[in-house]
Amino acid sequence: MSKTIVPFGPQHPVLPEPIHLSLTVEDEVVKEAVPAFGYVHRGLEKLAEKRDFHQMIQVVERVCGICSMIHAMCYCQGLEHLMKVEVPRRGQFLRVIWSELHRIHSHLLWLGLYADAFGFESVFMQFWKIRERIMDINEATAGNRVIVSVNQVGGVRRDLSPSKCDWILDELNHVEKEVKALESTMSNNYTVKKRTVGKGILTREMAYELGAAGPTLRASGIAQDMRQLQYEAFDELDFEPVVETDGDAFARGLVRFKETIQSIDLVRQAIARLPQGDTFVKVKGKPEGEVVQRVEQPRGECLYYIKANGTKFLDRLRIRTPTFANIPPLAAMLPGMELADVPVLILSIDPCISCTER
Amino acid sequence: MIKNIFKNFVSKSATRPYPIEVRPGFKNARGELDNKVSECTLCGICAKKCPSQCITVSRKENLWELNPFACVYCGICVDACPKSCLVHYTEHKKPARVKTNLVLKKEISPKLKVVANA
Repeated sequence: MSKTIVPFGPQHPVLPEPIHLSLTVEDEVVKEAVPAFGYVHRGLEKLAEKRDFHQMIQVVERVCGICSMIHAMCYCQGLEHLMKVEVPRRGQFLRVIWSELHRIHSHLLWLGLYADAFGFESVFMQFWKIRERIMDINEATAGNRVIVSVNQVGGVRRDLSPSKCDWILDELNHVEKEVKALESTMSNNYTVKKRTVGKGILTREMAYELGAAGPTLRASGIAQDMRQLQYEAFDELDFEPVVETDGDAFARGLVRFKETIQSIDLVRQAIARLPQGDTFVKVKGKPEGEVVQRVEQPRGECLYYIKANGTKFLDRLRIRTPTFANIPPLAAMLPGMELADVPVLILSIDPCISCTER
Repeated sequence: MIKNIFKNFVSKSATRPYPIEVRPGFKNARGELDNKVSECTLCGICAKKCPSQCITVSRKENLWELNPFACVYCGICVDACPKSCLVHYTEHKKPARVKTNLVLKKEISPKLKVVANA
C-alpha cells in the first residue's frame, strides 16, 4: 500500500495537551513521525521584562502545573547563586520534602494517564484516587493543591510543625500501601505487558545520542539523575537513581512506578533528618550576572538560564524543559511501530507540552 | 486486581457527594481573599507585590479593588500586608455567573479627614 500521512493531534482523546505529529503510515505501520509545536505558547519567558524577579517566581511556577514547585525551586536556586545567599538547612530540607511530594503526585498522575492510554480504566481510577492524598498534604501544608507557592528567594515561605510531619508520615504510609497493592498490576499484568513490552524501544546508545532526559533515559540503562548533583539537602539523603535496561514503554512505566516509592522514602528520610532553625534568610539587593541551574523534575533534567543586570527586571530567562529533550527520542522510537501503539508511546515519555512551549 | 474489585464493592465511596457534603478547608489553606477594609491603610504594598496584578488601590477615592478571577491565590499580598488586614479564608470562592470585582470602600472618619486636608 502507498504511503499515507495521518495527522495525530493536537486534539486527540489520549493527549492531555496539544502536540501535533505528522505520521507517515504504510500498512498501519509508522514509517516517519514529524512533531510540530506552537499550540500553547504563552510567552512566559518574555514576562521577565514586566514582572520583577520576585514576582517571576509565581510566573515560572505556572510554566508547568504538575512540577510547579520544582520550577520555582530551580529559579530561586539560580537567583540565590547570583545574590550569594545561602538557604538555611531547614529551608533546604523543606524544599526537598515539597519537591518529592510533587514528584510522587506527578508520577501517580502519569501512571493513571498511561493506564488510560491503553484502556486500563480501573488502574487509572486507582492511581488518581491515591494521588488525592498527596494533594491533601499539599493543601494542608502549603496552602494550595497543585501550585503550592512555597518558594521565595532565600528559602521557603511555610514551615512544617512536628504534628504536621507526623500526619504526612501517616498519610504516606497509606499511599505506599495503596501504591504497592498495584505493583503486580503494573509489572506482571497480561494487558499491561501486551500493550507495552517491546514497544518503542530506545537503546542505551540512542538515548544517549538523542539526549533523552529523566525516566526515559533511565529506562534505557543510563543512571543519570540531577539529584546526584546533591542540590538542596540531597547530599544528606540516601539516594540511588532507579534504572531499567529494556528501554521499552514497559521499562519507562516501571522506572516511574519505582521512583514513586523511592520519593516516598526520600520524604520520610527528609522528615526524619529535618533540622531546627530558620526556613529562609532575608535577601537584599538585586541580582547581577549569569547562571545556569539544573534540577531533576519528574520528567527529567530541567535547565534554567538566568541573566540579570543589577536591576529588578531580568535581562533574559531561558528555560529548557525535559519534554523538549525527550521529543527527538520520541520521533526516533515511533518508526516501525503500529499506529495503534502511537498513543501509548507518546504517553510513555510523559509529555508536558505546556512546559515545552511555555 | 480481582481482590481490589471485590474490596471496592464493600468499601465506602472514594468521592464525596459534592455539594451536599463539602470537605471543610484545611487550616492555612489559601481560599477566598478578603480585606478587613476598616483596618486597611491603603498603603498599596499588596498591589505592588501582586504577581498577577489583580489588586488596585486608589487613595484618592479610598477604594481597594480585587479581581478574584485574576488572583492566583499565592498569598504574597497576605504575607506582605503591614496591617495584617488581608485574609485568605480556608474555603474557596464559590463559582459565579458574572465576573465582578470585589470593591471595598474605606470610610474615613471626619476627624481623620480634617487631618488629611490640613
